[in-house]
Amino acid sequence: MTITTRDWALHLGVIAILLAANFLLPEYHRGVFSRVLVLAVFAMGYNLLFGYTGLLSLGHAMFFAAGLYGAGLPLYHLGWSVPVSFGTGLMAGIAVAAVVGVLALRTTGVAFMIVTMMFAQVFYLGTLYFTTWTRGEEGLVLSQAMRSVEFGGWSLNLSDPSTRYMLALALFAVVLLAMLWLVRSPFGRTLVAIRENEERMRMLGYDVFRAKLTAVVVSGVFCAAAGAAYGLLFGYVGSGFASIQYSILPLLWVLLGGAATTLGPLLGTLFMFYIIDYSSGVTSAYLLVVGVTLILLVLFFPKGLLGSVRERWLGWLP
Amino acid sequence: MNDRTKPSSLLTTGISRRGALKGLGAAAALGTAPGFVRYAQSQSSEPIRIGFQAHRTGIGAAYGRWYERTTAAAIKRINDAGGINGRPVEIITEDDGTDAARGAEVVEKFANQHKTDIVYGTLFSHVVVGSAPAAGELKMPYYVVSEGYHVASGKMNRYVLQPGITDVRAQCRSVAPWITSNVGKKITMIYPDYAFGHDHRDFFGPAAAEQGGEVIAQIPIPPTESSFTRYLPQIPSDTDVIYHVMVGPAVLTFVKELGEFYGGSGPKLFGFIDSLEAVDINSPGLEFLEGSHFWEGMPRYLQDGASEHEKAYREAVGLDENGASINDAKDVSTAAHMFGCWETLYIIKAAMEAAGYRGPEDRAKLVEATEAMTEFPEGAEHPQGAKVFDGKVHQVFGSQNISVVENGRLNVVHRTSIEDGRYEPEADYTTQPL
Repeated sequence: MTITTRDWALHLGVIAILLAANFLLPEYHRGVFSRVLVLAVFAMGYNLLFGYTGLLSLGHAMFFAAGLYGAGLPLYHLGWSVPVSFGTGLMAGIAVAAVVGVLALRTTGVAFMIVTMMFAQVFYLGTLYFTTWTRGEEGLVLSQAMRSVEFGGWSLNLSDPSTRYMLALALFAVVLLAMLWLVRSPFGRTLVAIRENEERMRMLGYDVFRAKLTAVVVSGVFCAAAGAAYGLLFGYVGSGFASIQYSILPLLWVLLGGAATTLGPLLGTLFMFYIIDYSSGVTSAYLLVVGVTLILLVLFFPKGLLGSVRERWLGWLP
Repeated sequence: MNDRTKPSSLLTTGISRRGALKGLGAAAALGTAPGFVRYAQSQSSEPIRIGFQAHRTGIGAAYGRWYERTTAAAIKRINDAGGINGRPVEIITEDDGTDAARGAEVVEKFANQHKTDIVYGTLFSHVVVGSAPAAGELKMPYYVVSEGYHVASGKMNRYVLQPGITDVRAQCRSVAPWITSNVGKKITMIYPDYAFGHDHRDFFGPAAAEQGGEVIAQIPIPPTESSFTRYLPQIPSDTDVIYHVMVGPAVLTFVKELGEFYGGSGPKLFGFIDSLEAVDINSPGLEFLEGSHFWEGMPRYLQDGASEHEKAYREAVGLDENGASINDAKDVSTAAHMFGCWETLYIIKAAMEAAGYRGPEDRAKLVEATEAMTEFPEGAEHPQGAKVFDGKVHQVFGSQNISVVENGRLNVVHRTSIEDGRYEPEADYTTQPL
């Protein structure tokens, strides 16, 4: 299956709208979108594994945190530059995902969930154990001075709201188009086929383990990219991002937006952010509002927002 | 969650004849004063808007509840006395869920949506550290009431200040001399194995050594532990004092198991009340604490020698003699920390008045005015006691209380001097650009 003009138009259109949003959104909402775009990358990474490959992980916080610490610690302690630190964040993500993938993929189903969750817990406790360097739950501030990029007389300040938005959007656009390409590629179809019937794929001669491991590593790299970007753009690295909460959140975002849809993770992340933001302005029982909304969504949109749209109206949605 | 504390009744009730005459007289006096024209032009009756970053949900909720009550009481008193620079003060509260990431978002919301003048009131260290970058980037004065060493360490930025509560390093230093001379010299430390516990480990040990004490064992407890029995045999038998700073719900189990382990005898105990804030000291399982000592920022129980200011503060906040709510004796306060809200708000008031603060364009001046402060005398605005502020490290220094549990009540046995807690500053924020 190739990428159709319609696919290109939709995805490039979304990117164009988000680009325009940088100039149109009020200041507060531009800040919100900057965060949401980075977190949507995290959700897209999760979606590759959960939505397309059918592997439900409860440990993706460790990939996000691997990127966060992989980028933040060298920047903070060794004074490495922002681009190099971003690179080390990605490398950390690859390394953690490869090791965890090799071990966790020996299991499936519920066991896979438990094993990934346990690895994530080990990672989380590791960030606390090495408090001397990580400052554990309190975390580290990456100062504005650390987060500026110099290119021979030309400098880029990552704490400038517009720069931050554009960088977040750039990362989002790259990952979104990569996802589109991936899911329309033979490899993407292989993953979907594994999700639908792993035994048949094995019988047909596909190396299922290898495909799944590749999916775990690519998913891990996307999540690590989000983590590294989050730390570098917003200046905080703390073990809260490695906690179980950040393993559950991408699952929620993807379920809300629509599993196995390229744009669902963005929609889910955005929806979740604003429902918390608005309901917390109305009542102190906002978590109840969030919970009830989630239940209603699951009842009436069991495939998530975009998943239901695809099922009912737009069957071509990637 | 967001709500607004209404401006004071001073501005909403009718004006009496006497009040009107007073006002006219004051206006006439001001009119003849030099510089009046500039003042009149810059003056505004718009409320000063303080964004209160509150822990309404999450692990900090018990503290958050009392921080809100103390804040409301202080703001009422400030507004009843005419507000700040003659303007009423409005509190806008947002819940940060005691979460670092949400904390930063809340700071942005205050700055860009609520358009508050400043942000204030955060307690938990990770929320402060998580929010500090946003505050610095938005050039938003951020007054925290956290007691962490983060501010004084120089790792935050020019816009983060802690003028209303002492930090953990000063607290450890302050109590060390009293422990080594009154409780014992051979000390075993038991602390949670993360940043909060490490601060105690790193600051108390050297301070005790300076006083001739010795930390003979350090027992870090992993944060996931819910039972402590297997760690207790690690306590050396020649220990005089166990210094414990366990926090969270596990503290009840910890004390109970320690009691069972020693069975009524054993070393003396010294702890930080942080573990038992908002917890009734007479809760089942805490009997073993009888006779043990605690650090308290401000006494929970009303003491015999309490000053009039302290009594007035307790009445305003709504505390009974046992440090619980006057409406519910089971609703125990976080008395050792929450006074910091009251005192911080009065420092904000004083700094805004010193800076001639008019609006967000004067935020830098406000930071400079706060940095220029040096001493806060004991009084209605500082009921916990006198304090000294170091503008370079943005940190206040004050006295600490050491209390003993007697008949299920905390009685203060020693009050440290301000000097006991002073240390060499490691930073100078004033060199950073505004």
